[in-house]
Amino acid sequence: MKSFDYAAPRSLAEALRLLSFHPRARLLAGGTDILVQMRAGRIDTDFLLDTKGIPELNELKSADGLTIGAAVPCFRIHEDSRVRSKYPALSDVAGLIGGTQIQSRATFGGNVCNAAPSADATPILIAQGATCRIIGTGGQRTVPIELFCTAPGKNVLKQGEILISFHIPAKSKTTGAQYLRFIPRNEMDIAVVGAGVEVALENGVVQSARIALSAVAPVPLFVPAAGDSMVGKAPSAEVIAEAAAIARDAATPISDMRGTVEYRRHLCAVLTRRALEAAIVRAGGKN
Amino acid sequence: MPGKVLVNTTINGEATDFRCEPRQSLLECLRDILQLTGTKEGCNDGNCGACTVLMDGRPLTACLVLGVEAEGRNITTIEGIARGSKLHPLQQAFLEEAALQCGICTPGFIVSAKALLDRDKNPSEADIRLWLANNLCRCTGYDKIVRAVQKAAAEMRA
Repeated sequence: MKSFDYAAPRSLAEALRLLSFHPRARLLAGGTDILVQMRAGRIDTDFLLDTKGIPELNELKSADGLTIGAAVPCFRIHEDSRVRSKYPALSDVAGLIGGTQIQSRATFGGNVCNAAPSADATPILIAQGATCRIIGTGGQRTVPIELFCTAPGKNVLKQGEILISFHIPAKSKTTGAQYLRFIPRNEMDIAVVGAGVEVALENGVVQSARIALSAVAPVPLFVPAAGDSMVGKAPSAEVIAEAAAIARDAATPISDMRGTVEYRRHLCAVLTRRALEAAIVRAGGKN
Repeated sequence: MPGKVLVNTTINGEATDFRCEPRQSLLECLRDILQLTGTKEGCNDGNCGACTVLMDGRPLTACLVLGVEAEGRNITTIEGIARGSKLHPLQQAFLEEAALQCGICTPGFIVSAKALLDRDKNPSEADIRLWLANNLCRCTGYDKIVRAVQKAAAEMRA
């Protein structure tokens, strides 16, 4: 790995000040992507700013919704009893990224910022309506997560900006979510396709539904039309199948070593259907 | 050219300081600076788990941690698992169950498994396989490894 300077500031103000001095700085959270990329020469930087010492990025707070600091490692999200009871789909995803050792370090913030089309955290965060809190020298801004990734490996953060946290709104008791991915192994693999969904029911009728897919487009793909097609209807098999078909038709996958275009499109419909069925069960609806 | 940084840590229960460049991984620091060569380098990208150590009780791959990130942390390596000349039950069970061939993966498996048994005294076979999914053995000794962990767990419960 090429030489670089390192700092682990203890406050956002200090972090922003350091970033203003280092125009080529990169941010470090868990390091499970960036250190691999730096070692491979895909990222060239002269300054690594470790965000793990900044209190706001380490927050995992369940009040008025859920706040997940960008540097909170997956194991904390996975094991947190409040997340597990109120946002079980987020807990599940935190427990399937990489393996035990990776989950000790990897973060949702890093997973989202890395902007891989196959990211596991991003689709479920989209489905659950997360927003991204960002700070720069000009102040703070909030970006809906479905707009955060802009291209493979690219995101909306400008140089000098820091992703602080994700905020997920409070959910009704009759809201359920699920993320499912297909991988040929049991663990430690990259999604061939993933589907993250959330369904909110009211009196047995779909009040809102959000569906997002991974690994089938240049960025994690939000398909608003798929969820919207369910609104106002009882979540019957036909309604679920229609939403799954809309999601499949929105996908623009590529063929690679993990799967062909045809295979991935087929998986989109299957995983969306299964994820919707599971989310509806979690929402207390019959299926 | 960035200079070396002084890092203060506790390694295997002993206060340990070392100087490293920011670009050096914890794995390099352990092996090349501190001569703790029990921790092995396999893939050097977080997949194989051969370099697993505990940081504040959590298992992680030392190849994906910078030495400077160990500042103020409590590290346990394979050298810290035995009590003096008395092997840890996991080490004893790996021997008795022949849960190794070439041995490169073994330190990582034992350190990972220790973290599991520290939190769960009676893990199921499925729990063990899931927990150890970040550790690869290319001599294909998984069944024996799982049996060794089960045996050690039983030993430690007794």
